[in-house]
Amino acid sequence: MRLVYPLLVSALLFSIGVYGVLARRNAILVLMSVELMLNAVNLNLVAFDVWLGDGLRAGQVFALYIITIAAAEIGLGLAIILLVFRNRQTSDVDALRELGEYEHDRLVEEAAEAEQAIPRQAVREQAAAQ
Amino acid sequence: MRAYAGLLPAIPFLAAAVGLLFGPRFPRLVAPLAVYATGAALVLSLPIWWLARDGVVVETTRELTPTGAFPITVGTRVDGLAAVVAVMVCAVALAVQVYSTQYLHGDRRYSSYAALVSLFTAAMLTVVLSGDLIVLLIGWEVMGICSYFLIGHYWEQDWVQGAAVKAFVMTKLGDVPFLFGIFVLAADAGSFRIGDVLETAQTGQLEHATLATLLLLGGVVGKSAQFPLHSWLPDAMAGPTPISALIHAATMVAAGMYLVARLYPAFAVATATLAVLGVIAAITMVGSAVAAFAQDDIKRVLAYSTVSQLAYMGGALAVGAVGASMFHLLTHGAFKALLFLCAGAVIHVVGTNSLRALGGLRAAMPITFVTMTLGLAALVGIPPLAGFFSKEAILTAAEHVMAGEPAVEGAPLPAAWVGGLVLVAGLVTVVLTTAYCTRLWLMTFLGSRRAGVVAAVAEESGVAQPSADESAITGSQPAHTGSPAVGAAHDPPPAMSWTLVALAVPTVLLGFFGLSAILLPKWLPGGEAGAGHPALVPGLVTSLISVGAIAAIGWYVYRRWAADPVADLADAFLGRYRAVVEDGFGIDRLYNRLFVRPTYALAHAIQRTDDDVVDASVRGSGTGARALGAVLRRVQTGNVQTYLTGILVGALVVGLSVAAAAR
Repeated sequence: MRLVYPLLVSALLFSIGVYGVLARRNAILVLMSVELMLNAVNLNLVAFDVWLGDGLRAGQVFALYIITIAAAEIGLGLAIILLVFRNRQTSDVDALRELGEYEHDRLVEEAAEAEQAIPRQAVREQAAAQ
Repeated sequence: MRAYAGLLPAIPFLAAAVGLLFGPRFPRLVAPLAVYATGAALVLSLPIWWLARDGVVVETTRELTPTGAFPITVGTRVDGLAAVVAVMVCAVALAVQVYSTQYLHGDRRYSSYAALVSLFTAAMLTVVLSGDLIVLLIGWEVMGICSYFLIGHYWEQDWVQGAAVKAFVMTKLGDVPFLFGIFVLAADAGSFRIGDVLETAQTGQLEHATLATLLLLGGVVGKSAQFPLHSWLPDAMAGPTPISALIHAATMVAAGMYLVARLYPAFAVATATLAVLGVIAAITMVGSAVAAFAQDDIKRVLAYSTVSQLAYMGGALAVGAVGASMFHLLTHGAFKALLFLCAGAVIHVVGTNSLRALGGLRAAMPITFVTMTLGLAALVGIPPLAGFFSKEAILTAAEHVMAGEPAVEGAPLPAAWVGGLVLVAGLVTVVLTTAYCTRLWLMTFLGSRRAGVVAAVAEESGVAQPSADESAITGSQPAHTGSPAVGAAHDPPPAMSWTLVALAVPTVLLGFFGLSAILLPKWLPGGEAGAGHPALVPGLVTSLISVGAIAAIGWYVYRRWAADPVADLADAFLGRYRAVVEDGFGIDRLYNRLFVRPTYALAHAIQRTDDDVVDASVRGSGTGARALGAVLRRVQTGNVQTYLTGILVGALVVGLSVAAAAR
């Protein structure tokens, strides 16, 4: 079999993965895109292993390793996304920008305003209760 | 036995160390410690005096550690002059310590005061006895710092602090050239040892003698309060009166003149320096005597008088009469210490420094009256008191030089005009001294108390403040503060009055010691050779002139006073110029305008430069870095996908460039 077919498929898979990672907004889909990229690599490894006729089958061994690690990684990643979703009711990557410089400043200001607002609100509530 | 002289500064130094460390914890031991240590130093100084009797120079030297090109040695060099001055220092220091036990009785800072006086004594003895110029300089500077601390004894008042700082800064101003003068001397002689320097000077190998001595003269002028660095001494009277007696009359200020005498062979080959010294002495002598006449504060009168008398010593050195100069140093040490302690007794008892508030104390304070009269008579130079002999010795020497012959055999011969200048200034100063001493004497002891003036003066005048503050701080003798009624005045306690009597003895007798070679002259420089020492015997012509002038002026001043005993003589004589003269001819204001204000302006300019240039650039680098950072901060959006895009692009660029480079 010609080497070029698996390589083309793998390049296609990798490109789809890159597009998904860079463009998708849903964090789970971003993770899935990462899997696509990993599997593109696996395909490359297996194809080169066959093409080179390596006696130790190193490419296949690597592919197995990557599958294992990818499983672990996706487990962790999903757990993190789950927690993020529980805390913020969203898994939109675009919305999770708190570590950005200006975003951070804006959030701090908002928090300060909110803190100032709370007592006033509490006073109003107390007044209303009485 | 040779190293014995080294003990002398060590004893007061130990007393000072112990006093400073343990004085506050054992207040009752402070006074005995100070008095007995100083007494021990006096006793120990007597054998040194005897050892140095025949012109023997005992020199010890020990190099403690190698110190570069010229080794600094610790050692003593005892010649006759050093020995007699050491005895004088110990004696005056003992008198002052005894006197202070009463004068500062109950003062809460007495323990540090007594320790500082001991430290001062040690420093002065170091200056007197040291055989090495660097060690001498150390003693010289320790004296300066002791003087600073002791002037500032009553530091609660701003003006006292000002006086202390002024004294320190002005003397330091002279000490800078002094240090370089020592370096020049050492460079020429190849050693810091006084013995080597003198030997080099005597063999004529001192190449930069004029430069070195002129630089040294700066320190001398500063320390001995000569024009133009004289104005710190009158202000130094802010300190307690015993301090004025010890440091600012008898010893420290005389150290400048002593140093010139000690290094005289170096000065002798620099006739230009001697001429400068003569001019300075003449200006100082006359100017400060005039200023003394106008002062209202009894201590400031004596301070200006000290400046004037130190100028006599300077004038004597300028005309080559070292022996006469040092003779005057000794007699002046005795009678000026006596005068200050008498003034202290008056202030202590009456509670004011102001001459306008004094008067009629003769009957109330007989011991003070008699001793102070003797002191003033010695200061004026009435025969046969000490001041007469020493002053006439100087005038006679100046007369010799004017006539073109050396003051003593082997002395350098300055230009005749120097002799003439010193002689004329000296005679004029005799007249002026008579005038201000008579005024001081009449206004303090004769007439009646100016009771009406007292209260007014105490209220409106700042001059009367120090004594009132002294009493307020000491907390003792409350009866003498408030209203100084005539009945309250009496002689001071025994520790004080007996000190006065003890000091009156040399005031009366010391002059006769100059007459015979076996008594004093053989200890003084130039006195070893020959049987007689003609320089210390008053010459006939100058003596007649001065005694005549003293009698005439004294009588004239008395007549003017008797016409109106209540008025201030200074007003009568100086009229509307009095304020200027009392102000020391406005020299302080001139210095203020010439040096102090430009210094402040410069300091402000430097401060502004620091704020607006140095600090501003530092702050600017901070804000600049933040501004630059703001551009980069925009990249940090918080969106992970933007970062990943960046990484991808970066990786592509790197990969492509590597590939391109590989091809």
